[in-house]
Amino acid sequence: MVKAFIERKNKTEELNAKTVMDLLKKLNINPETVLVTRDNELLNLNDKLEKKDSIKLLSVISGG
Amino acid sequence: MNKIQLPNSNVFLSNSEYIKYFEKKVFKTILKYKLISKNDKIAVAFSGGKDSTAVLYILNKLKDRLKFKLEAIAIDEGIKNYRSITLKAAKKFCKENNIKLHTFSYKNEFSFTLDKMVKKTSNSPCNICGTFRRYLLNKYSVKLKFTKLATGHNLDDEAQSILMNLFKNNTAINARLGPITGIIKSEKFIPRIKPLYLMPQKEVAIYAFLKGFKIEHVECPNAKNSFRNDIQTFLNDFEAKYPGTKNSIINSFLEILPLLKEKYKTEAKLTFCKLCKEPSSKEICNACSFLKEIKK
Repeated sequence: MVKAFIERKNKTEELNAKTVMDLLKKLNINPETVLVTRDNELLNLNDKLEKKDSIKLLSVISGG
Repeated sequence: MNKIQLPNSNVFLSNSEYIKYFEKKVFKTILKYKLISKNDKIAVAFSGGKDSTAVLYILNKLKDRLKFKLEAIAIDEGIKNYRSITLKAAKKFCKENNIKLHTFSYKNEFSFTLDKMVKKTSNSPCNICGTFRRYLLNKYSVKLKFTKLATGHNLDDEAQSILMNLFKNNTAINARLGPITGIIKSEKFIPRIKPLYLMPQKEVAIYAFLKGFKIEHVECPNAKNSFRNDIQTFLNDFEAKYPGTKNSIINSFLEILPLLKEKYKTEAKLTFCKLCKEPSSKEICNACSFLKEIKK
């Protein structure tokens, strides 16, 4: 299972996902709204995920 | 190390290449739209968020090369659990980068915080907040003798504004948008520039992440139910389904903008509010109208 921390909700979800795109689809998160990082490194939508990955989804929405 | 794929392209950049790409694109925007002139004294409207931090950082880097002066203005609206957090980050950033920061608050200026104002009126918080923020930014930019006010508006913000005005039949307001805004020249009215005009929100976020800006990721509690928020979601959904949508909106808007500016040039006569003497298109400006209602 991939662990995904969603910054906007301050919540961690655990789920099976093969790629970043797959992860976002399963979490129903629009790729336009987040930066996806692993070990403080940015990931692209087609990057593959491993079962024990710990992922962070950082919000890109402007604060104003 | 993972390379970053630029949106809608097969270009992959390393972290340092991305930073160069981003800063170059902002620099080109400044040159293309003549946003900055030699000897300008520029104030950045600084919230401590990713967009205004990126603008302030890049302009600070360019100020010697383009020969202009730079300071920052922050507005404390008085929004609990939000602005106090971002202002703390703003002060820290300015201190670390040796940039003079001026802070003005709704409480000192109008005797009420935004949190108190929204309880006393039926107008939307974003409407009131934007009106008073623009009012203070213009008033103090003029008072402190700045020649231009730089804001952190990015491509997404602008695309949202264009659609919002279109959906509400506010064509005259669209004529006031663009990389350099305001169609009236006056000593009492500060021109506003948008160096991130061609930078999508996500690209700004990537830049801020790579530069390691310490941004507090808090969202304004009032923004969730706003019209802008709905348009933002709508545009993001469209962009995901039809990549390039936001860019297309901006590019087609830039094509018609000169025509809009020409059409509304004669209608845009600068008059002054009877009560506060600040620039206004009405006899009594929106800020004074809101204040009248709030103080009832």
